[in-house]
Amino acid sequence: MLTPVEADALTLSLRIGFWAVLCSLPVAVALAYVLARGRFRGRAVLAALVDLPLVLPPVVTGYALLLLFGRHGPIGEWLDSWFGIVVAFRWTGAAIAAAVMGLPLMVRAIRLSLEAVDPGLEQAAAGLGAPRWAVFATITLPLALPGLLAGCLLGFAKSLGEFGATITFVSNIPGETQTLPIAIYSLLQVPNSDAAVLRLALLSAAVSLVGVLAAELIAGRLKRRTAG
Amino acid sequence: MSLDLDVTLQRPGFTLAARFASAGAVTALFGRSGAGKTTLSALLTGHLRPDRGHVRLGDRVLVDTHAGIFVPPQRRRIGTVFQDGRLFPHLTVRGNLLYGSWFNRHADRRQLSEIVALLGLEALLQRYPARLSGGEKQRVAIGRALLAGPELLVLDEPLAALDAQRKAEILPYLELLRDRLKLPMVYVSHALDEVVRLADTLVLLEAGQVRAAGPIGEVMSRLDLGPGTGRTEAGAVIAARVEAIDAGHGLAMLGFPGGTLRVPADGLVPGQELRLHIRARDVAIALEAPRGLSILNALPVTIAEMAATEAGAVELRLVLGPTLLVARITRLSAETLGLRPGQAVSALIKSVAFDRGVGADLS
Repeated sequence: MLTPVEADALTLSLRIGFWAVLCSLPVAVALAYVLARGRFRGRAVLAALVDLPLVLPPVVTGYALLLLFGRHGPIGEWLDSWFGIVVAFRWTGAAIAAAVMGLPLMVRAIRLSLEAVDPGLEQAAAGLGAPRWAVFATITLPLALPGLLAGCLLGFAKSLGEFGATITFVSNIPGETQTLPIAIYSLLQVPNSDAAVLRLALLSAAVSLVGVLAAELIAGRLKRRTAG
Repeated sequence: MSLDLDVTLQRPGFTLAARFASAGAVTALFGRSGAGKTTLSALLTGHLRPDRGHVRLGDRVLVDTHAGIFVPPQRRRIGTVFQDGRLFPHLTVRGNLLYGSWFNRHADRRQLSEIVALLGLEALLQRYPARLSGGEKQRVAIGRALLAGPELLVLDEPLAALDAQRKAEILPYLELLRDRLKLPMVYVSHALDEVVRLADTLVLLEAGQVRAAGPIGEVMSRLDLGPGTGRTEAGAVIAARVEAIDAGHGLAMLGFPGGTLRVPADGLVPGQELRLHIRARDVAIALEAPRGLSILNALPVTIAEMAATEAGAVELRLVLGPTLLVARITRLSAETLGLRPGQAVSALIKSVAFDRGVGADLS
C-alpha cells in the first residue's frame, strides 16, 4: 500500500513526534506551573524566552540548535563525551528540533489549564495534610489533565508539521531525518512527481486527523467524569 | 483544648488586630461580612501568615513571629470546612473522604464507616461531587475534614451558601458532632441564630478587631454590642474630649457635641480624646431634671424615636444636639411616665465605658 519512502517518512514522523512530546512534556509542565503560579523577578523574561521559537524564523531556531547541539557545540559536545549521544544529522536531532518548536504551544495550553485550577482546592488539600508535591500530583495535575492533553496534541501536531528548523538542523536524510513534510518538499523538487506528492500530502492529513479525533474522544471522556 | 491567638495583619485598606483565648468546645467567630472573620480563620489554618503575633493550639505553637515559628497548613492538624465545600471534583465521595488519610498518620481509615454513618453518607460514596446537592456536599466536606484526624475543626461559614431548608438539614449534624465527638470547633459565621445554637464561646469581630470575647451568654447580654450582634443599635458611641480636671473631687469634665459629662478622672489628662460608650441599659429616664439623686450626669434630651424590642423592653433614641443616645427601659416605665416621641426628658447616665472597656461607675 505504502511505498518504502512513504512508510519510512511516516514511521519516522510518528517516532519523532512521540519522543519530542514525551521529552518536552515534563519541561513544559514545569515551565507552565512556574509561569502560572510563580511570583518572581524575571517571570516576563522567562515567558518571552519560552515563546521565542514561536516568533523566530524557524531557520534561525534551526541554526541556533546547530550551534548548540552540533558536534562542536557546547551541548552537543557534552552529550557526546558523557553519554555518547550524537544528535546532529540524526533522528534524535529532529526530535529535539520538534520539541523546541512545540514547547511554546504546549506551555501555553498547559499554563491556561493550570491557571483554571481553583487554588481553593489546593488549599483544601494542604489543609487535609497533603505536602506540596502531593497537592500537585493528586489535585493540580489531574484537574489540568484536559489542558495537558491538549498541549500534547498541539506539540505532536507541531512536530508532524515541523519543517524549517528540522531541515536546517539535521538536514534531509531519507530514513534518518526525512520526515513527512521534508519528504513532500524533496519530491516537489523531482519533475513529474505530482501523484506521489499528493499521496504523501493525503497521508500527512490523515495522520493529523486521527490525532485530533483521538484527543477529542479522550477529552470528552475526562469531562464527563468530572461533570457528572 | 485551648486556643490562644494574638495576631496582627496589615493589608491595603484593611488591618486585622485580633486577640482572644478560648477553651470552649465551640468558639464562634462572629461579625458582619468584612469584619475579618475569614482572614482570621485563614491565619488559624495557616493559609495566611500574620505580620506579628502568635497562634497556639493546646500546647502546640503554630505561629510565633518572634521565635520565627510557622507551621504550614498541612502540619497543623486543623480540619477546615469551607463555605463552598471545595470537594475535589475528580474524586468520588469516598475518594474525597479518604484523601486526608493518605497523608496523616493520625488519621484512621477504620473511622470511615463511623463517620459515614454519623453524617448519613452511605448512599453517596460512589458519586462524584458534581452530582451532589449543596447540603450533601457540605456533609461530605465535614466528613472529609474529620477523617484527616484533626485536633480542631474550623467551619468557615459552612451554611452560608445553603438555603434555609438545607441549613436546617445540616445544623443537627453539627450539634451531633459537638456533642458526640468532643472535637473542639471554631465556627465562623455572620448568622446569629447558628451561633446561638452551636457556640459556647463568642468572639465578636468588628472592622478587623475583637470587640468582645467570652462565654456566649455574657457577650450576648451586653447591649453595647448591639450593632455587631446584628440587633438594632443598642448603645451609643460618642467621641469626647477631656475639657477640665476637678482635682478636688477627682472628676474629669468630658465635652462632646451637645453636652458634657463628669466621670472619674483617674488617668485622664486635659485635652485627651476618647471614645465613650454609653450602653442603652445604663441610661435611665426622668421627666424632669432630678433632685436628690446620686447620679451625676443628667442630660436634657429629646425623645426622637421609641421602639419595643423584646418582651417588656423599650428602646429610646435620644437627641442631644448632634449627639444620639440610646436608652433601654421597661415598657411599664415607659407607660407610667407617658413617654412619647418629641418629648423633652432628662437622661440619667448611670455609667460610661471608655475605649478599652474600662467602665466608670457614676453613681
